[in-house]
Amino acid sequence: MSFYGLVDGSDASLKKYLGNLSGVDQVGADARAAMLATRSIKTTSKRWAIDTAISMVDLTTLEGADTPGKVQALCTKAVRPDPTDSTVPSVGAVCVYNDMVGIARTHLDSIGGQHVGVAAVSTAFPSGRASMPVKIQDTQDAIDAGASEIDMVIDRGAFLSGRYIEVFNEIVAIREICGTKAHLKVIFETGELVTYDNVRKASFLAMAAGADFIKTSTGKVAPAATAPVVLVMLEAVRDFYSMTKVRIGVKPAGGIRNTKDAIKQLVLVNETAGPEWLTPSLFRIGASALLNDLLMQRMKMDDGYYASPQYVTID
Amino acid sequence: MSFEYAPAPESRAVVSIKAKYGHFIGGKFVAGSKHFPTINPATEEVLSHIALAGKAEVDAAVKSARKAYVTTWSKMSGKERGKYLFRIARIMQERAREFAVLETLDNGKPIRESRDVDVPLAAAHFFYHGGWADKLEYAGLGTSPKAHGVAGQIIPWNFPLLMLAWKVAPALAAGNTVVLKPAETTSLTALLFAEVCQQAELPAGVVNIVTGDGSTGALIVNHPGIDKIAFTGSTEVGKIIARAVAPTHKSVTLELGGKAANIVFEDAAIDEAIEGIVNGIFFNQGHVCCAGSRLLLQENIAEEVLEKLKSRMAKIRVGDPMDKNTDLGAINSKEQLHKITELSTVGDSEGGERWSAPCELPSKGFWFAPTIFTGVTQSHRIAREEIFGPVLSVLTFRTPQEAIDKANNTPFGLSAGIWSEKGSKVLWASQQLRAGVIWANTFNKFDPTSPFGGYKESGWGREGGRHGLSAYLKGATHE
Repeated sequence: MSFYGLVDGSDASLKKYLGNLSGVDQVGADARAAMLATRSIKTTSKRWAIDTAISMVDLTTLEGADTPGKVQALCTKAVRPDPTDSTVPSVGAVCVYNDMVGIARTHLDSIGGQHVGVAAVSTAFPSGRASMPVKIQDTQDAIDAGASEIDMVIDRGAFLSGRYIEVFNEIVAIREICGTKAHLKVIFETGELVTYDNVRKASFLAMAAGADFIKTSTGKVAPAATAPVVLVMLEAVRDFYSMTKVRIGVKPAGGIRNTKDAIKQLVLVNETAGPEWLTPSLFRIGASALLNDLLMQRMKMDDGYYASPQYVTID
Repeated sequence: MSFEYAPAPESRAVVSIKAKYGHFIGGKFVAGSKHFPTINPATEEVLSHIALAGKAEVDAAVKSARKAYVTTWSKMSGKERGKYLFRIARIMQERAREFAVLETLDNGKPIRESRDVDVPLAAAHFFYHGGWADKLEYAGLGTSPKAHGVAGQIIPWNFPLLMLAWKVAPALAAGNTVVLKPAETTSLTALLFAEVCQQAELPAGVVNIVTGDGSTGALIVNHPGIDKIAFTGSTEVGKIIARAVAPTHKSVTLELGGKAANIVFEDAAIDEAIEGIVNGIFFNQGHVCCAGSRLLLQENIAEEVLEKLKSRMAKIRVGDPMDKNTDLGAINSKEQLHKITELSTVGDSEGGERWSAPCELPSKGFWFAPTIFTGVTQSHRIAREEIFGPVLSVLTFRTPQEAIDKANNTPFGLSAGIWSEKGSKVLWASQQLRAGVIWANTFNKFDPTSPFGGYKESGWGREGGRHGLSAYLKGATHE
């Protein structure tokens, strides 16, 4: 692999590449994110943002209690989020555990949801604490079952102890398995990396290693997709684009529960990476409860009043 | 389709603007004799007519301030004075939206800034100084500091309400009474503040507000009944005032112009430095005496920073100041726009390379697109003179010492900015810079607890904090 010509795959070259990154000033990043959160998105732009956000949702269920029935219901919802309104777009993908991939794919295909992707969380999600052969097999299983997107977790232990090359090599290995069959999203678990410097470093590391998307969190650790963390990642993909002319996607996940939060994310994208990123192929939002709030707000914009929650489906 | 933000205008229904205003003297609004129009610089709409105070009005205001000082304010305990300050602060918070809308209409600054910066900070100044009123003996300014008496205060148009707060709050806390003159183009929030004084039942004559132009200001400066002059404005006028008060008993503080260096070292956090550069020069349309109007870039990162700066500047939202999403509003007046345009033309003719953000400017009102000049050197006029607009001069340097030398090579010395992730460098640079306020990894941050003021031609004295308080006390051991 060429790694965009940025690194040659050696520890030394990776260290040099990461060492050249400028730092992130936490106070400044927080302030910028807080300022962008004051943007007031109304009327036509709000309507556009709601539909765009719906199309970017990775509708997620990642529970020990997941069953085929639960996953099938989720898939139905993913294809037609509002059964009473066919103008509501389908979501970007459903995101499930590895063993549910086949069930999800089969069900989606059977209900006309071929355009909705199936994302599998992989590499010993959410902790990433397993041997490499296990992680590889985990990913291979998901792809064999029909996953079109792999959401892998990085080894945070290796990252925090400075063994960046191990993190890099893992991503490269999983990238190879994905090949052309699946898009690779790399989850940092930013709540465990803690500093924005680490987030920026992890972003550049993952992008050079072949990630198609960089993703904040598993949803199992708080804080997750905070606005400044997403800001730092959007700056990273913007800068990476100016270096390589390749656009890497960003997926915030965890903690984005209502329309207001989702629209704030879109504002961050618009004013940081740029409008080119405002497409499901470059921006996804990992969420479960969010979708219903988007639907409720959409109804409210059409009808002029808030409907009872019973007017949106609970699947 | 792309993400266009639909208009999100703040409602102006919250304010009621009278067709004509008088002065606020002795706790009452009194009619003026002559009037001049005040306009909304974003639309050129006439908002109201402001009275022009002449000798009679200024005399009446000073007399009323003296009477209030002698009979009431100087006799009142600090604790009681403090209560009035707290009350004013609370009313300002309650009426924050009104103040913000009025400020934006009158001044042209974006509602986001008047709402999030000007008004909350103005209230904070009253809260902060309310706390000092009964603790003057413990401020380390001598065992029994005394008020001067009557303070004459002349404030600028860039932060009308905030500059009023910077002046009035410490004066009252220290036990002075005041005669304040807002700037000619931006009197409305001061007149709303007069209403707040009435609402707070501030004793009559403690705060007097006379409106007018430079001639009114001169009457205040030269009035024998005034004990202390506080002025914020241009260095040119500051010098006139300094000369005028030199042979008198008046004490004086001057907060004047600046040409601040904003220094970005190679080891800066670049994205946040970009935000700081933008905030440094485009905050309040660059109508900021402490604006970071000279960007000093280390040469080895200059190209990268400029590329990022331009793409960030292209995202600045210029337009209707009442729109909640506007980042850069209108230039305050036709005269100021003329001055900015003229100095920018000088920049062109001196060989600076001009780049302006691509943005559509409204057809009415006074507007200037965010602009940078690259290839500027110390010998350019745009690197030396205050433009007081959204125009940034970009210079480069090779070594930290060269950055300091260039930063200090100015008749001004109000503020400076340092961008570096290296703590030792930040501390070293801040010791070398000759400026009253130095920001490290941030810019244009204000707080009532922090003294603000300049070196050299940027002014005399400090405002804010304990240092600012001392300017309103006689015999303070600490200037």
